Amino acid sequence: MRLIAENLGCQRGGRTLFRGLAFRLEAGEALRVTGPNGAGKTSLLRLIGGLLAPAEGRVALEGAEGRAGEAAHLVGHQDAIKSALTVEENLEFWCAVLGATGGVGLAAVEAALSALGLSALAQFPARVLSAGQRRRLALARLLVAKRRLWLLDEPGSGLDADGQKTLSHMIAAHISAGGIAVVAAHGAPEISATREIRLGGGA
Amino acid sequence: MPLIDLANPHRFMQLARVLIPAFAALATGLVAFGFYLGFRAPADALQGEAARIMYIHVPSAWLALGIYTLMAIAALGTLVWRHPLADVAGKAAAPIGAAFCLMCLLTGMLWGRPMWGAYWVWDARLTSVLVLFLLYLGVLALWRATDDPLRAGRAAAILTLVGFINVPIVKFSVDWWNTLHQPASVFRLDGPTIHPDILTPLLVSASGFAALFVALLLAAMRNEILRRRVQTLTLLAAAKGG
Amino acid sequence: MSEALKAILVRDLKLALRAGGGAGIGVMFFLAVVVITPFAIGPDMKLLARVGAAELWIGALLASLLGLDRIFAADQEDGSLDLLLMASLPLTLVAAAKGAAHWCATGLPLVVAAPLLGLLLGLEPTALGAAALTLLVGTPALTFLGLVGASLSVMLPRAGMLVAVLVLPLAIPVLIFGVAATEAASRGELFSAPFRLLLALSLFFLVLGPVAAAAALRHARD
Repeated sequence: MRLIAENLGCQRGGRTLFRGLAFRLEAGEALRVTGPNGAGKTSLLRLIGGLLAPAEGRVALEGAEGRAGEAAHLVGHQDAIKSALTVEENLEFWCAVLGATGGVGLAAVEAALSALGLSALAQFPARVLSAGQRRRLALARLLVAKRRLWLLDEPGSGLDADGQKTLSHMIAAHISAGGIAVVAAHGAPEISATREIRLGGGA
Repeated sequence: MPLIDLANPHRFMQLARVLIPAFAALATGLVAFGFYLGFRAPADALQGEAARIMYIHVPSAWLALGIYTLMAIAALGTLVWRHPLADVAGKAAAPIGAAFCLMCLLTGMLWGRPMWGAYWVWDARLTSVLVLFLLYLGVLALWRATDDPLRAGRAAAILTLVGFINVPIVKFSVDWWNTLHQPASVFRLDGPTIHPDILTPLLVSASGFAALFVALLLAAMRNEILRRRVQTLTLLAAAKGG
Repeated sequence: MSEALKAILVRDLKLALRAGGGAGIGVMFFLAVVVITPFAIGPDMKLLARVGAAELWIGALLASLLGLDRIFAADQEDGSLDLLLMASLPLTLVAAAKGAAHWCATGLPLVVAAPLLGLLLGLEPTALGAAALTLLVGTPALTFLGLVGASLSVMLPRAGMLVAVLVLPLAIPVLIFGVAATEAASRGELFSAPFRLLLALSLFFLVLGPVAAAAALRHARD
């Protein structure tokens, strides 16, 4: 499986964010995307996930069935958490919709919650979570969706030191298991990346 | 004991433990006695046995309006005097008042069927109670619309007050509307005269309902206080990480 | 895949029924619409009984339009819609599942409330049953037709009333056949031509609604 981008260009609101972007990621590699706010990091992730159409060029995931979106999981700025549901219900929902099903699914939910340190909060309504806890719940989705391509948009924002460590471990484990990760971040040196792309600078 | 002591939720809980069974017992006694008197009272000359439903119907109407008035006072308590238990009282009273209102409407329909052959007529009084029911539903819906009890409490208080101010306006306009369309015959819901034999069971029944309301209100307020304590504890626990 | 669809249906129902979800609002609006009519028309029970079926249908239609714009908007606001687009589920079925949940939470209570409200309008017992039955068959048409408007409102924020205005003309056939079917049923003729046409419309929109909604949602992403 590999992620290939050729001559990728993106336009938002009539403004060209970037063009001529190209990279090639093999399984087991991570890409770090840096740049100032508004440079197009989020748009690049959405392009790869199939939520946005490129203005020119193409990006494709070779060696995976179906659309790119079906092989990828996006953890973006928004948390996709429903306040009226409990922490467990939120994760169980995404497990059923995106990942494994049935009894296997429930075990995965418990494991994911415990990996992110949320086990004690499982029965609490999601509205009482702090910002850091919400981010951890969003990251827990990665462990139940079991997709091979991870698209992470500033995943460490709002996390404390413990959370950052857990995040690095998660990404490292995913990479060494043969997955691919594209991480948009301002700095995040603890995420060891094979490659780095810097966006913005007035393309 | 000054009213201000009731402002302390802890004291309120202590009082409630005593008052709720007391009022429940009082209510049971009064309502049973009222029904007994009601069945012993003479049957209405025109309407026969069916008119006995008036002993439920009329007190329910009084309670429905009385509770709404109490809710308006509680609303003032929330907004003006900042009494800590005022919004709890308002929230607790709303479903009970709505239930009495509904009971008034349903008994009115049951009374109407044998009397006029119709389950419902749009006469001034029944219609006013129906509009009051809509006002109740609005307040209930507002309470359920958000999780934050303080915000919901203030919004519900404002709505209750505005509704309360409008009650005489609505009553007047409904009366006016009713006279505009002259009904074929004049329906009188409380019988030809209020004979003492009928008045006594009515008052006893009404007092019984009022005692029932107090018992239910105190119980509901206690539940609401407990509910808020649970919510606070949940928030604290979540902040500590569960 | 059916596990995933069931999860969507159950979640949407849970969200509608819990606080802030708006499950009872539709019925209250229905009640309010039915109650205000006599204030405009007058308390003449005979006249009210004549327009009773129409009144119930108009109330049900308006109540169904309420909250339509929230079907997809809530998911779009918190990022859930993006994830649903990336699920290996056909978007059409996702839309259908959400439509079904919305009908259970909003449409079905209208069907249950209709006979009680019909009493206020002085309808006969057969007319009450007729109204309930035709609404049972016709409200799905309104909900699934409304899915299209709901998906369009994802592209336009704060478009609640606009969605209702857009969907209303499309709902006219449902209204026509619904009222006609109710009146025919109260005369004793249950499976009249309008009833069958109403059923056909529901089945038609059951398919067209989610398909069109999915297409609109796919175009909604920038």
